[in-house]
Amino acid sequence: MVDLIQLIVSGTATGAIYALAALGFTLLWQASGTINFAQGEFVMLPAFTMLICTTRGVPLWLAFLVACVVSAILLGIGFKRIVVDPLIRHGVIPLVIATLGLSIGLKQLVKASYAAEAQPFPSVFPAGQFPLFGTHVSYSDVGTLLIAGLIVISLQLFLKRTVTGRAMQACAQNMDAAKVLGINVKTMVLYVFIINAVLAAVASLLISPTYLAKFDMGDSIGQKAFFAAIIGGFNQTSGALLGGVLIGVLENLIGFYVSPAYKEGVALVLFMVVILFRPEGLLGKAEERKV
Amino acid sequence: MKRFAGWIGAMVLGVAATAAAQNGPVPIVGLVELSGPGAVSGTNFNDGVRMAVEEINAKGGILGRKIDYTYNDTQSNPGVAKALAQKAVDQNAYVVMGPVFSGSIFVSMDVTRKAEITNFTGGEAANITQQGNPYIFRTSFTQANAMPRVARYMKNALKLKSVDIIWVNNDFGKGGHDEFLKAIKADGIKLGADVSTDQGQVDFSGAVLKVKQSGSDGVFVYVNEEESARALRELAKQGYNKPRIGETTLTGQKVIELAGSAADGAIAHVGLSPDAPIPAVRAFAERFQKEFKYKPDHNGIKGYTAMYIVKAMTEKIGKFDTKALAAALHGAKILVKDHPGVLMDVSFDKNGDIDRESFMTKVENGKQVVFETLPPLHPF
Repeated sequence: MVDLIQLIVSGTATGAIYALAALGFTLLWQASGTINFAQGEFVMLPAFTMLICTTRGVPLWLAFLVACVVSAILLGIGFKRIVVDPLIRHGVIPLVIATLGLSIGLKQLVKASYAAEAQPFPSVFPAGQFPLFGTHVSYSDVGTLLIAGLIVISLQLFLKRTVTGRAMQACAQNMDAAKVLGINVKTMVLYVFIINAVLAAVASLLISPTYLAKFDMGDSIGQKAFFAAIIGGFNQTSGALLGGVLIGVLENLIGFYVSPAYKEGVALVLFMVVILFRPEGLLGKAEERKV
Repeated sequence: MKRFAGWIGAMVLGVAATAAAQNGPVPIVGLVELSGPGAVSGTNFNDGVRMAVEEINAKGGILGRKIDYTYNDTQSNPGVAKALAQKAVDQNAYVVMGPVFSGSIFVSMDVTRKAEITNFTGGEAANITQQGNPYIFRTSFTQANAMPRVARYMKNALKLKSVDIIWVNNDFGKGGHDEFLKAIKADGIKLGADVSTDQGQVDFSGAVLKVKQSGSDGVFVYVNEEESARALRELAKQGYNKPRIGETTLTGQKVIELAGSAADGAIAHVGLSPDAPIPAVRAFAERFQKEFKYKPDHNGIKGYTAMYIVKAMTEKIGKFDTKALAAALHGAKILVKDHPGVLMDVSFDKNGDIDRESFMTKVENGKQVVFETLPPLHPF
């Protein structure tokens, strides 16, 4: 029982990080029909931005803020203006190919300009554990869970309780109707891209101490986030959260009770099962399209 | 007449080209992991070779000929390593340096063997040198030599009755795992949790939890550099407070750098250490750090000394004949007093396995500290 609690807490913490990246997938899809296969690299780049700052003596909190700003500009506004806007009118496929290319390009850029080797990344939380309900949980897991949870809840509240959030949701549901209602659709879509970039920076801060900052660190997280978004429901932000946590917890349980060798396959198996039996995702809504 | 003049011209050119090849730079080719999971090991190894080549060339080369060292990135991929080995053969390499990863050398050494080219590797898997390949030579201990030393230390110094193992499921890890199990069995230490992990694995939470729950007296961690750092971080994160022992990688400089304070207290047997209590090794480490702006690990020393071993033995045989070089290396003893570049007295057996002193190390305040020097298996 003690093992189970520890595994669930640790898995939920990891899953919450997947959820942050998965949220980006669902937000971009809903707002602009964009599937971003460079999402993993959007998590990797802020890690190196923070590293560049911290190696020059900048404290981690300030480095994180710098990374958020840089991400918002480059991976939010820049990505939308340079990659998405010119390609979106040609449909999803060219954009998917472009983001795959962007993923490779960003990895090679970091590999060539910074390093091919992993780099140490400071942790926000202290090492060690503390007692909780008869078991021990690490500060890192609980801290990660709190930060990721806070961000996800804040985002949900923002989308549901604020005028801007509702306007963004309106754009996601029906752009033409949103325009008729006087909503500035272009600005709302831009906000979504900026939010995605900042979410990726937060995920980067939380995952890099474990993954270590490396040019290809985004491969795994990008893949898991994509699976999480599909499992939860690509058209539901709450689905991304569920998908992420489900993958994180199941990975831990399978890794412990079956074998760590099967851990990496959990997300893929879950993804296949969901695609076969509930293609719209666990919390997603079936969409119909006229041809 | 014109045709005759053409023949003469071609022959002169041919002779001139042959003479130039015999007196020009000697091609030595590196197959090294500059990206992928082996980037830390390969970069260190390659920089060690480069530094030695620079020094040797600055002093006139080997037998009056300069060394032309070129290197290619295997991407830590055995398939790429094999293709690059063929390229090295096509370049008429006198010696091939690398790869460092056991999985890659297993595949690439077939190519150098067929071409009868002497090949130095950083791989430690026991069976690399058990296949009767007369052209393969190690730059570090085989696992069959190293693991009994680790087990003996666990039994005598740490008084462990049982131990868990976290190992990487590749050729390097599997070889080490099997040799370790044999060694602890011989020393009467019981095996607790036996946890295999993947190469490049990023999350060690499940593995560490298994180890924590097993209740053994300590854990032996046998994974590559980056994974060693991640494992140490996770062990610290989960408050693991029993001995953490490794072989070669666990207390390496890059692991310490990546793991930070989580590496403190880790113990490992290492064949080579930049902090070894040997002035020549420390002087090398200082020069290396000055040139490449980072502290070398054991792989840096492997690459550096391998190049000086080539120099020493080539001078001994008096010609650039790669087959003769391989033959001379079997059973060779190379002493520092004759060849300072080898840094430590070294010998090779009939299989190409290396023997020399080794060290027990511990991480203290972010630094690797050598606390015991172990003699060679076969004293000189």
